[in-house]
Amino acid sequence: MTFPAADGPVAALDGVSLDVARSEFVALIGPSGCGKSTLLRLVTDVLQPTGGVIEVRGGPPRRARLAREFGFVFQHPGLLAWRSALDNVALPLEVGGWGRHHTPPHRPEALLELVGLSGFERAYPRQLSGGMQQRVSIARALVTGPPILLMDEPFGALDEITRDHLNGELLRIWAATGTTIIFVTHSIPEAVYLANRVCVFSSRPGRVLEEFVIDLPARDPSVKDTPAFVRHTAAVRRALAHAQAG
Amino acid sequence: MAVAASARSGPGVVLLRRLGLPLVVGAALIVLWDVVVRVFAIPAFVIPTPLSVWQALVKDRAMLLDNAVPTIVESLGGFLLGNVVAIAAAIAFVHSRTLERALYPVAVAVRTLPIVAIAPILVLMLGNGYAPKIAIAALITFFPTLVNMVEGLEAADAQAMELMHVLSASRTETFRYVRWPSSLPYLFSAMRIASTSSVLGALVAEWIGTNKGLGYLIVLTTYDFRTALLYAAMAVTSAVALAFFFLVSVLEWLLVRWER
Repeated sequence: MTFPAADGPVAALDGVSLDVARSEFVALIGPSGCGKSTLLRLVTDVLQPTGGVIEVRGGPPRRARLAREFGFVFQHPGLLAWRSALDNVALPLEVGGWGRHHTPPHRPEALLELVGLSGFERAYPRQLSGGMQQRVSIARALVTGPPILLMDEPFGALDEITRDHLNGELLRIWAATGTTIIFVTHSIPEAVYLANRVCVFSSRPGRVLEEFVIDLPARDPSVKDTPAFVRHTAAVRRALAHAQAG
Repeated sequence: MAVAASARSGPGVVLLRRLGLPLVVGAALIVLWDVVVRVFAIPAFVIPTPLSVWQALVKDRAMLLDNAVPTIVESLGGFLLGNVVAIAAAIAFVHSRTLERALYPVAVAVRTLPIVAIAPILVLMLGNGYAPKIAIAALITFFPTLVNMVEGLEAADAQAMELMHVLSASRTETFRYVRWPSSLPYLFSAMRIASTSSVLGALVAEWIGTNKGLGYLIVLTTYDFRTALLYAAMAVTSAVALAFFFLVSVLEWLLVRWER
C-alpha cells in the first residue's frame, strides 16, 4: 500500500501478511505512522490497496462492506450530535439499504443495555461523557450483528480509569457475541490484557515485525499482577523498542 | 454551572433576565435623549423629543401600518428568495468543485457592488412594483447565507463522513443524515444576519421609484422636515426587523435542539 505524496509515493504498508481467525481478538501495536490505521481502512474499503490482496470472509473488502460484515469503532466516537444515543445506535439500520434486506439481530435498546447505558436512550451526545459516547459508538458498531469488529484506538482518548473499565466491558461483549476483533492500540498493557494475539508493527514501510500469542489463564484485572502478564508485556515492549530503532 | 443554573430556573425567569437588562438600558437611553434635547434646546425639526415621536406613532398609526405592509412583504419575500437560492447554490457547490470554482468568485464579485448603485438598475429592469424590491432584499440576504452554508455543509465531522462510507450510505443519505443537520447552526447564524439586512435591502429599494413603504416614508418625511414622523417610521422599521430576528431565533430554537 503506497500513498501519493508531494515528494513521490510513500509506502505506508509493505509485505504485511496477517491472517485473523474467526472469534479471534488480535491487537495491532506499533509506533505512530506505522500504518495500523491504514490497514484497518483497507479492510473497510475506505482505502484501496495499490498492490496485494485483502480478503474479508472469503471476498473483497467491498463485498464485506456492502454486506455489513464489520462494525467500525473510531478513535473519536463520531456520534451525530442531533441524534439521541438510541438514534445514533440505530443509524446503521437506517442507512446504506441494509435494513431493507435484513432483520436486525438486536434491538438498539438491547445494545445500549449491553454497553451499560440503559436509561440514556434519549440523551444527546453532548450530554454524555467521553467514555459514554464511546460506548454508544461500540453499540452502534454492533447493532447489525457484524461478525467482525474493527477498532482504531477506541479508548486512546479516554482517561485510564475509564479505559480500564471499558476494557473489561469489551471483553464481556466479546465473550457474549463471539465477534472477531481487530484492535489497534498504543498501549502495551491494553493489547496484552485484551488480545489472543498481539502483532507488533514497524514503521516506514509498515510491516508485522513480531507476533505474540497471549495465553493468559483468566481475563480479569487481577491477571495484570501475574508473572505471565508481566512476561508478555516485557516481550512486547522489547519488540516495540526494536521496531522504533529499526 | 451556568447551564445547570439556567436549567433549574424556569423559562420565564430566563426570558425576564435576558429581556430585562436591554429594556432598562433602552429606557435609560430614551431619558438621556429627552434630557439632551431639552438642555441644549435643540429645535424639533433637528431632533424631536421622545414624547413627540410617540405622539406621531399614535396619531399616524394607520398611515404607518399602511406603509409597513409593503416593506414587510418585500423584505420577507426577499429573505425567502435569497435564502432558498443561496442554500441551493451551496448544496450544488459542495457536490461539484467545478461549479464552486466557476461561480463562487462571481458571487463574491456581485457582493462587492454597492446596493445603492444596483437598486436603480433593478428598478429600470423590473419596473416599479414589488419585483425590484424583493430582488434587492434577496441580493442582500443571499451572500451571508451562501458563505455560511458552504462552510456548514463542509464542516461535517470527518469521522462521521467516514462512518457513512463504512455503512455504504448513498450520497443522498450522507447529505440527509450528516451534511444537512451539521450545517443548520451555520444556516441559522446567517439567517439571523439576513433577517435584519433584508429589511434594510427593502428600505433602500423603496428610496427609488415608489410611493409607498417605510423607505419612501423616511425619505419623504426627511425632505418635509416632519422629523417626529421620520423617527416614528424608523421605530416601526426597527420593530419589523426585530420581529424577523425574533422569528428566526424561535425557528432555530425549535429546529436546532441538540445545541441547547
